[in-house]
This record gives sequence, structure tokens and C-alpha cells, in this order.
Amino acid sequence: MAELESFGAPLAASASASASASSAPATTIPSRHALLVRVTHWITTLCFLALLVTGVEIVISHPRFYWGETGNVLTTPLFKLHIPSSRALVPSGYGYVLPDQNGWSRYLHFQSAWIVVLTGLLYVLYAFFTGHLRKNLLPTKSDRSLRAFWNAIAKNLRFRRPPAAEAWSYNLLQRLAYLFVIFVLFPLVIWTGLAMSPAFVSEFPVAVNSLGGQQSARTLHFFVSLALVLFLLVHVGMVFLAGFWSRTRAMITGRAATTPFALKKEHP
Amino acid sequence: MNNLSRRKLIGTGLAATAGAAGLGVAARLAQKYGLVPPDHGGIFGLGETLTYASQRLLTSHSQAREFSPSQVSKPPLANEMAPLPDVFKRLQAGGFADWRLSIDGLVDRPASFSLAQLKSYPSRSHITMIQCEEGWSYIAEWIGVPLHHVLDAVGVQPHARYVVYFSIDKYWWDSIDMADAAHPQTFLAYGMNGDELPVGNGGPLRMRVPRQLGYKNVKFITHLTVTDSLKRFGKGLGSASPESGYAWYAGI
Repeated sequence: MAELESFGAPLAASASASASASSAPATTIPSRHALLVRVTHWITTLCFLALLVTGVEIVISHPRFYWGETGNVLTTPLFKLHIPSSRALVPSGYGYVLPDQNGWSRYLHFQSAWIVVLTGLLYVLYAFFTGHLRKNLLPTKSDRSLRAFWNAIAKNLRFRRPPAAEAWSYNLLQRLAYLFVIFVLFPLVIWTGLAMSPAFVSEFPVAVNSLGGQQSARTLHFFVSLALVLFLLVHVGMVFLAGFWSRTRAMITGRAATTPFALKKEHP
Repeated sequence: MNNLSRRKLIGTGLAATAGAAGLGVAARLAQKYGLVPPDHGGIFGLGETLTYASQRLLTSHSQAREFSPSQVSKPPLANEMAPLPDVFKRLQAGGFADWRLSIDGLVDRPASFSLAQLKSYPSRSHITMIQCEEGWSYIAEWIGVPLHHVLDAVGVQPHARYVVYFSIDKYWWDSIDMADAAHPQTFLAYGMNGDELPVGNGGPLRMRVPRQLGYKNVKFITHLTVTDSLKRFGKGLGSASPESGYAWYAGI
């Protein structure tokens, strides 16, 4: 029994050693993702899924899109979705009307929006003030060229499993994609969403006038949401390609499948 | 327990206490300044309260966007409607000559007005958008008497906080806070696009609240009550909307 236990002892010993002796950080494996990044990531995931489901429910009540200030069943749409509607008023071409889900969908849509906006704000402040943005999101110095960009695209198009080193850092395309989502798509989806609020635009009319009208804002909100869904699909696809469980675990517990320094020697 | 974790524990405890106290103070202040909507309970209360409180703070004196006559939607859309009650049809047959709007509650002089009396007050109009929560919208010229004008005529008492309004269809009622009730663009509308307000758009009398979505603009108004609390109306959620799952505040 004593000999068996000694097999497992080194880890436990080093763990307790690092806890009691404050000057032994070398034995601890750093977290792949900081706690704040992990928590905000999953809150954002939950909110995004809630926004997506409720957004689809709201669209179902009027699956027609317009450009300009106004639009209704008497005006010509820019395009329409060929799906059944939850309102008899809409000529959907289907012989039935879906149940109305707008009430709870709107409540949940705005609640999720509040939570994700506040979470996003916290994340962005963290990213600016801790160096997360500079270290992990902005392209590294060697990558700041068009040539590096084309190389990265060519490499990515081969759809190979990424090298193990990438379990510890984002590659150029990842960085650009994340920056685009955080600093372009999220602000755009918030802006186009607020531009549909009659009370908000009564105070800030420029928010909707600059987009060409309230119905234009609604149509743009739909397209920006589609872009975010596209990002989600590619993101999850890439996680599968890289190893779903190891990458997901790293985003939940912070532990990566490999240690950051040893891996290069083990897998040349 | 070593020093580090004790310090952490005390720190966390202090932060949690400060946070809880902060939330408590915020809730008291929000209640005091009328920033808590009547449907603040339940799982969506947080989002609803944040929306209502922030929009109330931001938009207390803002004006809904107005449009030019060339932007008026032709023809205006008349939304689908539940069948009208017999009492409405009888009044309609008489050209709405016997239509009455009664006002009671926290007012000095409870009163009842005919349409002709309402029309004798200074008439105002604005060209604004009506926006349905479903996603469609239209622009029309709305003609009516500003609600604050009628409220001034009956003398609203100082502790009034909401105006509750009822349709002739008794299942349809709603309420707005005094910020919206006293707002210059909030009308008891009786006309549209230079003409009488069509029945399909809420004629002969419709509440017009342009800073909120379509469903706050209740059609066929017959009764107003001024109150300091919404608790004794229906289920106490402020209007018929939350009772069927929709938010009381519809500024978004």
C-alpha cells in the first residue's frame, strides 16, 4: 500500500509544496485561459444562444425585411424568408400560423443583451488593462504583414490538425477573427439593435438616421447576427478539428492537454 | 488556514457585503425615483428593470422622431383586430356621438368627455412612426389632444404616478408613467392623415405614445384612471400585456 501510494506522491507532494512554500511557482502549470476569460466566454456563449433562439422567434412573427424607415405587408420587401409565420397578417404561403412566442422571446432577448453587454464590457476592460489584448489578440510583431496573412490563409486551407504549440497561443487568423468579432461585429449588433428602439432613438436619433432608417437597422441587425452565427459555426468547427475535449476543457478548467514548454521536445 | 486564504476570504466577504449593500441601496433609490417597472418580478425582472431604468434616465425629455409629410405611409396599415363588441357597433352606428371618455382616480375633478368636447380643446398633430413589436411599421400624421391637456383640465394630484387607460374591449388596458403621460407627443388621438381616425387604426379615440411600441397605443379608449400604484389593476403587472407574456414597458 505504501509503495503504491508513492507512485502518486510526486504530484501531490509538489502541489502541497507549492501551496505551503510561496517561493516555488516553477512546478505549477500555468492556466491556458485566465479565469476571467473562461467565465466571460461561457456567459457570452449562454447569452448568445439565448439571443439567437429568441431572435429567430421574433423574426418568425414577421419574416420580411425592408430598407428605409418603414415596412409592412402593404409595402414591397427587400427580401423575405420562406418560412411560416406566427402572425396571420403575414402572407407566408403556408396554410397555418405558428404559435406566438414573442412575449418571452423579447423579455429574454433584452435580458440576455444586458448580461452579454455588461460581460463584454468587463472583458474588454480586462483585455486592455492586463495585456490580454496585446499578448493574445493583436497579431505578433512577425505576423504584422500581408505576407504573413496570406501564409496563414494558405496554411489554414489545408485543414490539418494544428501543431501542438497552438494549444498555447492563437494563430494569426484566430487573432484577426476574434478582434473582428469583439471590436466590429459585437458593436455593430448592439448599435443596430438599439437603433430599433423608439425610446433610444428619441434621445439619439443619429443612431438610426445614420443607418438609413428603422427598417434598415432591422435588416442590418439580421445580417450582423448571421455573420455572428457564421463565426460561431467556424469557431466550433475549428475546436473540433483541434480536439474538441482538450480545447473545451482548457476553456472550462484552464488546463490544457499538454504543458507549454515540454511539448516541443516531445513532438518535433 | 494560512494567511493568504484568510486574507482572500475576508476580502471576498467584504466585497460581497459591499456588493449586496450597494444593490440594496440601488434598489431603494430606483424605487424612490420610479425606475422599477411593475413587471419587475420573475426571471426577466433584471433585464426589464435595467431597460426601463436606463431609458427613463436617458429619455425623460426626449422627443420621438418626426417625419416630413412625404414620408407618410400610403395606404396606412390597419392591423388585424379581435371582433369588436356589440356596444362598439351600436356607438359606431350613431356616428360615435355618444362616445364618452371618463377620467377618475387621483384627480380633483373626475369628469366624462364627449368626442366633441375633446375636439374643442386645442388640436395638435405630429407625423410619427408606429412600430409593432413584430417588426413592421408605418408613418402617419396623428391628430389629437395632448393627454397632459386633458389631465390638466381634471387636475392631477401631486402623488399620481401612472395613468391607466382602458379600451372599450375590456380585455385591453394598459398604463404609462407620468413621464410619458405628461409628454407633449402623447395624444388622445382622434384623427389621422388630415381625416377622422379610421376604426381599423383605433378610431374614434386611441392612445398615441410615440416613444413606445405599437401595443402601448391602445385603441378605442373609453376610460382613464390616474393612480399612484398599479397593484390593484388586474394582476398588478401594470397592463394586460404582461398578463399575456409581453413587457409592460415597450420603449425597446
